[in-house]
Amino acid sequence: MAKAGARAGDGPGVAATSFTLQTLSFVDRVGARTLGALEQTGAIASFGARAMVEAARPPYDLAEVARHVYQFGARSAPLIITAGVAIGVVLSIHTRATLERFGAEAMIPAALAIALIRETGPLITGLLVAGRVGAGIGAEIGAMKVTEQIDALEANAVDAFKYLAVTRILALMIVMPLLTITMDFAGILGGYVAEAFVSGMSWSLYLERAFSFITYSDLILGTLKTVVFGFLVAVVSSHLGFTTSRGTEGVGEASTRSVVMASVLIILSDVILVKLILFFYPTVTG
Amino acid sequence: MSAVRFDHVSKAFGEKKVLDDVSFEIEPGQAFCLLGRSGTGKSVSLRHIIGLMQPDSGHVFVEDKDVSALDRRELAEVRKHMGVLFQNAALFDSMTVGDNVSFPMRRHTDWSSAEIHDRAAAKLADVGLAENFDSMPADLSGGMKKRAALARAMALDPPILLIDEPSAGLDPITAREIDELLVKRKEAGTTLVVVTHHIPSARAIGDQFALLHEGRMLAHGTIDALDASDEPLVQAFMRAQGGG
Repeated sequence: MAKAGARAGDGPGVAATSFTLQTLSFVDRVGARTLGALEQTGAIASFGARAMVEAARPPYDLAEVARHVYQFGARSAPLIITAGVAIGVVLSIHTRATLERFGAEAMIPAALAIALIRETGPLITGLLVAGRVGAGIGAEIGAMKVTEQIDALEANAVDAFKYLAVTRILALMIVMPLLTITMDFAGILGGYVAEAFVSGMSWSLYLERAFSFITYSDLILGTLKTVVFGFLVAVVSSHLGFTTSRGTEGVGEASTRSVVMASVLIILSDVILVKLILFFYPTVTG
Repeated sequence: MSAVRFDHVSKAFGEKKVLDDVSFEIEPGQAFCLLGRSGTGKSVSLRHIIGLMQPDSGHVFVEDKDVSALDRRELAEVRKHMGVLFQNAALFDSMTVGDNVSFPMRRHTDWSSAEIHDRAAAKLADVGLAENFDSMPADLSGGMKKRAALARAMALDPPILLIDEPSAGLDPITAREIDELLVKRKEAGTTLVVVTHHIPSARAIGDQFALLHEGRMLAHGTIDALDASDEPLVQAFMRAQGGG
């Protein structure tokens, strides 16, 4: 039977040519997508680097940064607290199921606190903020782009890049550690609620056990790595907002792609950051 | 010193030439109307004056400064001398109308909050929107948005006003009110660069006119010169909309 694209009876030469064309077409598509991805990665990296340079240059838009800190923080806090409590409850239930077999129920608070503070809290906060704030930044800046509001800023002698992107990037870098600490403590509270329900453990004993294996390095490094997450979320979503085209359809696409790309980058950067933290601070392993 | 000068400006998007060797000069205090059908390069010309676009060849001068040769800081200083009304208003939709008008004052002056509030309220009163200081742009009609955007453009009383389609999408009464407001600005010494294809509006505002067609300047001069032109397209354009 002839390959797809060649008609029956065309003969082996035609089938081979068709196969070669299909292969070339596939290679062409893969090549184009790879080049496109590399181009976008370069553009985002360049956008982030420019943001850092511009952040260091006066004038400083501190009022705008403070406004975004409040917006991002206050509006994300209910989501973070709710998710944190739920994760704490679920982690506590799972940890109990495992540790009970070894008669180590007393370790439940510590196991939960270690899991939350070192990894789960920062990562889940990053992903939630990518969804909650990243999508908003992508959509807001994208809508401003397609309705000429960015041009209007420039026409008003305002550097739109600094005013819109740099302020949001700085704000999210400030907000992320705060939200992460909120998530950590909401998770510990959720874990306590689940534990108190099962074993009736007191709050003070729970806290004492929870922090018995936690060091300052755990808390500080686990929390500070979210500064990088905040940077990535804001840079990616601002970049996609600034490069929005094709009207409202483009705005929706910028919003969706902001969440997807920021989430992937958070997970990838987390792997690298954990390796770096363990390399420079081996004591963090406990 | 000229307020705005185009010196052999050409601009293309891909294969399409939008401006083709366009030259003109606008004296301070003059009202200059750029006429032409849709897609003939009128708005692109305005974007060159603001510095949002750079010419492929030629030079654009604002108050004798070559806009394309300026760095960001110098360009920002030149932009402070201009107010811009975009075709679809481009109000900042996360701010109230009052905050939109206050925005240039907050950014570029050291006036007190109370002073900025009073001045913004006065500018809104000038365009008939005194009651809408606290409204959000989404709550305004198209004409009201345009008037609010005009108030923002005039916030710092800039010596040059760039107006893109002041009458587009407006009812005749509102359009005439905006024309009258622009004439008042001209009489107060403001240079106006008005992009329009609404001939009655252009006749009401303009001192000098240029007609763009397929990126080239087809006619240039006073309204009488354009009315007397032998060029069929100029004749057709000037007699459109009951203008002639």
